[in-house]
Amino acid sequence: MKTHYGIYGGQYVAETLMEPLRELEAAYEAAKKDPAFAQEFNDILRDYVGRESPLTYAKRLSEHLGGAKILLKREDLNHTGAHKVNNTIGQALLARRMGKKRLIAETGAGMHGVATATVAALFGMPCEVYMGAIDVERQAPNVERMKMLGAKVHSVSEGSATLKDAMNEALRDWVANCDDTFYVIGTVAGPAPYPEMVRDFQSVIGKEARRQCLEKYGRLPDEAIACVGGGSNAMGLFAGFIDDASVKLVGVEAGGKGLGGMEHAASINGGRLGVLHGSKTMLLQTKDGNILDTYSVSAGLDYPGVGPEHCYLHDIGRAEYSVINDDEAIAAFDALCRFEGIIPALESSHALAEAIKRAPKLGKDKILLVNLSGRGDKDMENIMKYKASHR
Amino acid sequence: MKQRITESFARAKSEGRGAFVAYLTVGFPTMEKSEQAIDDVIASGADIVELGVPFSDPFADGGVIRSAAYEALKQGTTLDGVLELTKRLRARHPETGFVLFSYYNLIFSKGLETFAKAAADAGVDAVLAVDLPLEEREELLSVLRSYGIGYIPLIAPNTPIERVRESEKGLDNSFLYVITVKGTTGARTELPADLASRLESIRAVSHLPVAAGFGISTKAQGEEVSRHADGYIVGSALVKLVADGKKPCLA
Repeated sequence: MKTHYGIYGGQYVAETLMEPLRELEAAYEAAKKDPAFAQEFNDILRDYVGRESPLTYAKRLSEHLGGAKILLKREDLNHTGAHKVNNTIGQALLARRMGKKRLIAETGAGMHGVATATVAALFGMPCEVYMGAIDVERQAPNVERMKMLGAKVHSVSEGSATLKDAMNEALRDWVANCDDTFYVIGTVAGPAPYPEMVRDFQSVIGKEARRQCLEKYGRLPDEAIACVGGGSNAMGLFAGFIDDASVKLVGVEAGGKGLGGMEHAASINGGRLGVLHGSKTMLLQTKDGNILDTYSVSAGLDYPGVGPEHCYLHDIGRAEYSVINDDEAIAAFDALCRFEGIIPALESSHALAEAIKRAPKLGKDKILLVNLSGRGDKDMENIMKYKASHR
Repeated sequence: MKQRITESFARAKSEGRGAFVAYLTVGFPTMEKSEQAIDDVIASGADIVELGVPFSDPFADGGVIRSAAYEALKQGTTLDGVLELTKRLRARHPETGFVLFSYYNLIFSKGLETFAKAAADAGVDAVLAVDLPLEEREELLSVLRSYGIGYIPLIAPNTPIERVRESEKGLDNSFLYVITVKGTTGARTELPADLASRLESIRAVSHLPVAAGFGISTKAQGEEVSRHADGYIVGSALVKLVADGKKPCLA
C-alpha cells in the first residue's frame, strides 16, 4: 500500500491508531479487489445519489467572456447537494464490511457531516459528528439537517473552534473507541490510507467528466479546474485526467482577504511543510510550529492543511495551484446565478472564478472543465452578510 | 554522554521500587510557576521528568493537559522557551532524566538538525513525539542519535508483540512508554484487568525498561503497576494539582 506521495503523506498518528489503520488498509485492499464492492458502490451512486451527474455547457457565461468554453461538472446535483456523498458511501460500505457499528466524522461547513449522517441513516448506523463551535453557529442549517437525519452533533469549543479542532476531537473519539467505530474522514487528508481511499471514492467525478467530454465534444478539456481546501473534489476530478498530459490540472486555494495578510486558507501558496492530523503536508503555521487559524468566506475551504497528494502534484509540476480571494469568488457566484441560473457553493465559486479569469485569454476552441462541487443554498446567509458589509 | 534515563531506572531498581516518571506541561500556569512545579516534583521523588511542550492541536490529550497546553500557549510558551528552561533545570538537577514530550510538528518545524543540537546543548536526555510511530520515526532518530539523545517509543494496548520488538530495536538510554488504556491522557479510576500480563509480555521481549502511563494518578496505583513494570508515569494528576494551585506531589 502506498503511504507517501514524495516527501508528503505518511501515518503520523498516536500509536493506538496504528492497528486500526492497518485493519483499514487491509479491508480497503480487499474491497478494491472485490467486484461485489464496486458493484454495490456504483449501484448506490446511481440509484440513491442520482449519478451520473450532468456535464453542463455554461453557454451564456462563456459567450459573455468571449473565450474558452466553460463546462461544469454538476456535483451540485448529487443527493445532499455536493460531492461529499460519493466518499461517505464508499467509507460506510467499508465500515459495514469491517463490522464496525458506529460512524464518526468531523465537519467544517457541515456538508461532509450531512453526507455522513445521510449514509448513516441509509445503513442504519449511529452517527456522531464533531463540528467547531464557530462553524455550528455560521452553518446552523446544516446542523439542523444532521440532527434531522438522526446524527448527534458535538460542538467543539476549544482551540480555534473550527474544522481542525473538530478533527482533533474526532481523533480523540476514535482512539478511545477504535474497536467498534469507523472514522469517516471527509477529505484527502489524514493518515494513509485515507488520502488514497477518499481520492478513489471521489475519482468517479473525473472519470465521468472525461467520458462525457469525449462523448459530447470528441476531445479532452484543456484544463480541469477545482477548488482546494483539503482537496477531495479536486483530487476526484484530477484522478480522471492524471494520465492525460495534455490536460492542465488547476487547483484553486482560498485567498480570503489576500495572501499579504494572515486571513487566508492557502496552504500550498502560503504555507510551510509540517505534520498535522496524520500526514506531512503544507500547513499554515507560526514560526514555532503551532497551527494558525485560517480564514475564507467559504467555510468548506477553511482548513490549515491540504491533502498530501496535492503537494506532490504541485512539486512535480503536474498540477498548478492558484489563489482566488473572497471578492473574486463572490463575483463568480453572482455571475453563475445570473448567466446560468445555477446557485453554486462558495467553495465551487473559487474554481469558477479561476475559469472566469482564464477563459477570455483563451481561444473559442479551448475547453475549461470546472468542478461545480456543490450547490449554494447553504451559503445564502453568509453571502447576504458579506454583501451587506461590502456595499 | 550520561545515560540518565538508563541510570534512573537502574537506581530505582537497586532501591527496590519502580522509577517515577512525572509529566508536567511547561509554561503552565506561567513559566515561572511551572519551573517551580518541576523543582517540586523532583524534590518529591521524580526520577525522570517529561517536559510537555504545549501545542495548538493536542489531539492525543485529555481535558486536563489540553487546558494546560492552551493556557501555556497564551503565556507565550514555545519549544525554544522549553529548551531554555531545560538548561536551567539541568544546572540544578544533574542526575534527573529530562524527556522532551512533544507533538512532532513543533520539532519538525524547527528543523531536525537545529532542534537536536539545541536539545543536546540544553541537556535533554530523550525525546518523545506523540504522533511519530515506528514507520515515520527514522528521520528524527538518525539525527537524535548523532547528538546522543534517546528516543522514547509509545506502546499501545493494541500494539502487537512483534511490533513491540521492532519499536525497541536500536534504542538506548530510553524506556518503553506503555499506554495502559485506549484513549487520551487522563486519570481513570480503574486500570484494565489484564494490564499485569500485558506488561509482563512486553518486558519479556524488551531490553529497555518498561514504564506504564495513562490513567495512573496515585502512588498506590504506581506501586501496584511497578510490580509488573520498571516504572510508572503520572501526568494529568500532577497537572491537575498545579491547576489547583497545589504542589505537584502525589498522594
